[in-house]
Amino acid sequence: MLLVEGLHKTFTLHTQGGIQLPVLRGVDLAVYPGECVALTDPSGSGKSTLLRAIYANYRPQRGRILVSHAGGKVDMVEAGPRDLLAVRRLTIGYVSQFLRVIPRVPALDVVIEPLRAFGVARDEALERGRALLARLRIPERLWSLSPVTFSGGEQQRVNLARGFVADFPILLLDEPTASLDVASRALVVELIRDALARRTAIVGAFHDAEVREALATRTVTLHGAGAAA
Amino acid sequence: MDADRPLLRARGVTRYYGARVGCRDVGLDLWPGEVLGIVGESGSGKTTLLGCLSGRLEPSAGTVEFTGRDGTVVDVLRMPEPALRKLARTDWGIVHQNPRDGLRLGVSAGANVGERLMALGARHYGRIRATAFDWLGRVEIDRERIDDWPETFSSGMQQRLQIARTLVTEPRLVFMDEPTGGLDVSVQARLLDLLRRLVTDLGLSAVIVTHDLAVTRLLAHRLLVMRGGEVVESGLTDQVLDDPQHPYTQLLVSSVLQP
Repeated sequence: MLLVEGLHKTFTLHTQGGIQLPVLRGVDLAVYPGECVALTDPSGSGKSTLLRAIYANYRPQRGRILVSHAGGKVDMVEAGPRDLLAVRRLTIGYVSQFLRVIPRVPALDVVIEPLRAFGVARDEALERGRALLARLRIPERLWSLSPVTFSGGEQQRVNLARGFVADFPILLLDEPTASLDVASRALVVELIRDALARRTAIVGAFHDAEVREALATRTVTLHGAGAAA
Repeated sequence: MDADRPLLRARGVTRYYGARVGCRDVGLDLWPGEVLGIVGESGSGKTTLLGCLSGRLEPSAGTVEFTGRDGTVVDVLRMPEPALRKLARTDWGIVHQNPRDGLRLGVSAGANVGERLMALGARHYGRIRATAFDWLGRVEIDRERIDDWPETFSSGMQQRLQIARTLVTEPRLVFMDEPTGGLDVSVQARLLDLLRRLVTDLGLSAVIVTHDLAVTRLLAHRLLVMRGGEVVESGLTDQVLDDPQHPYTQLLVSSVLQP
């Protein structure tokens, strides 16, 4: 589903005297359908960087990231913007710790946006969005409000709903339970398990050991794979 | 239409003002349904580039091609004037930074919207008025104000009226120059939400010039960063904002509050 080979990523900070920060040094990783690979390095060691590179949010200097997409393979390092946008629309979902939205847009519309981009009709998308928000126990009175004013935990659950609504074949999860209470965490673990049962390939950074143990079918350390300590 | 042909393709677009460079050697492909942001500080050449792309400014060198509804490719810069005016009326829309440049201040709001339809041959008064009525609602202008003159509107309302006037003919490509410039923050958010919905619902493509990186984060799929008339960096919007490569882009991104 996903194959990472010899990935290198160094940040050059031109505004700070051109300091070089090598973060990924030759990372290899293969992820198969139905697998949940947990990255288990200490913070600051490049877990987010790897996830962002796979999503083509960060641009690596060297290496390949092959993704099974629309019956073929796309290298996220080399592909042009149009292919990258298509992969994001159809194949890879990414859930970060932060929600970025246009003020004023209701939570329900935020959640169904990936489905609409997928080409699902509005009514069907709304139905699925409502079901998912209910499942994540976002109170119905909040659905028509902008998530900008929500609590951290509510925002994170909206973000998760947005990531899981479209059944992407590949999901990247960057600390998806970081600001959740115990009850919500259990809901999210269940949601991720369902996705694995649908053969979704998942790569995640879960700083919460309990969540990690509940979900990971395999753990990987970037350090062992050649990343910077 | 051939899906493997960009809607707009520019190569080597260069424009001098005397010896001074307006923009130099700019190339881009814009695909159907895509929103392209052009960012940079004042004087970086972004408005000059927008003028060249939309056929309003004659470049010193370069080509701009547009793929029409029937799939034929036209050379925007070498088209006869009447054909270019027709294209601007039918397939294109231009949203000016100052709504007063895009509106006719001496006629009512409804007439501002209806006029563009009439220019395309619409003659049935009732239908034109109904469409204008519908569009005022879509851009959230109180429909009761259909007979008021735009001069009595706030600047945010004028901008929304200009957008209604531009989009009523369902253009396939919209050029926007700082569409949210000079507006209050609350009005900006409302306009951004509106623009994004219209882009999704109508499937239109847009080229948006702005100095506001936060605006591009929310509206644009891709970005070009300009400096001194040249494109110094390009990529997906989040790539450019989250992992800027060029020293100038890094400076730009690090100088604003949370784009």
